[in-house]
Amino acid sequence: MIFGRSERGKPPVEPVTLKILVAGGFGVGKTTLVGAVSEIKPLRTEEVLTEAGRPVDDTSGVEGKHTTTVAMDFGRITLREDLVLYLFGTPGQDRFWFLWDELASGSLGAVVLADTRRLEDCFAAVDYFERRSIPFVMGVNCFEGSARYPVDEVRQALDLDDDVPVVLCDARDRESAKEVLIEVVQHAMAYGADRREPVTT
Amino acid sequence: MSGDGQGKRHWFDDDAGPVVRPYAMTRGRTTSPAQHRLDLIAVVVTEPHADDPEADHSLSPEHVDIVELCRGTPQSVAELAAELDLPIGVVRVLIGDLVTEEMVHVTRPVPPAELPDESILRDVISGLRAL
Repeated sequence: MIFGRSERGKPPVEPVTLKILVAGGFGVGKTTLVGAVSEIKPLRTEEVLTEAGRPVDDTSGVEGKHTTTVAMDFGRITLREDLVLYLFGTPGQDRFWFLWDELASGSLGAVVLADTRRLEDCFAAVDYFERRSIPFVMGVNCFEGSARYPVDEVRQALDLDDDVPVVLCDARDRESAKEVLIEVVQHAMAYGADRREPVTT
Repeated sequence: MSGDGQGKRHWFDDDAGPVVRPYAMTRGRTTSPAQHRLDLIAVVVTEPHADDPEADHSLSPEHVDIVELCRGTPQSVAELAAELDLPIGVVRVLIGDLVTEEMVHVTRPVPPAELPDESILRDVISGLRAL
């Protein structure tokens, strides 16, 4: 996207940029959620899972998925000319943990997406954000064909702190994805009010 | 290199990776003295006086691309990397060069470990609701 040159002496608007992370296990719908609200097609680096990757990437329960995001994908929401929100999908596999610190630094908060068929896949992400005191919201992606569980059961199964919001969502649905993001910002506000102290990593 | 792509099988394929190694563009450098670690959402803005980057022969085509891309619309580091199809690390070094040359400046996002102003967060919420 290249725009015409701006007039001389009239500098372009320099927006305030914020980021929210979308984390969770492999194939849980992170890119889908980013794509549902982003104004651009998520920019991404994807690699087709090859035979060599199969033993490492357990696809049981998500057989319909043939590719996995190995670097990162992100979307953009321009809220105002001078206020832009970026959504970063975190790499789904544990071997890309090293990319997380960089993504997490300076982020507003995070969504941890969970699939009730493979709840254990999001344990690592929950741990990660808890340890770094990064505010996060648990989004339970309601896949077709997966059993629905009450929010309280999910909270118990994950042993979440009481103040962590748990929301049921549909990652494909724009309104639903918006609600999840609003929840993250509200939670970050409440969280920030509680403990305005520097986070050390 | 290409051109007659149909008839002849290339001796290299995608698995071989890019034909020019990405860090060749940075002449092997992986960091730039000018730059602290640029955040992925740090915004790059072209300086008004940098109106003819091609005239500067010390700049590579990739440098020129960045200056041009960020002129009308400032772009984040992540967007530049995606747009130019270059690794983030390479783009960081190139941006560092341009900062040193005073062709662009970079606005820093809200520092880590600090939440943005509550009024900004309220604006984010109302902005999301209005989508």
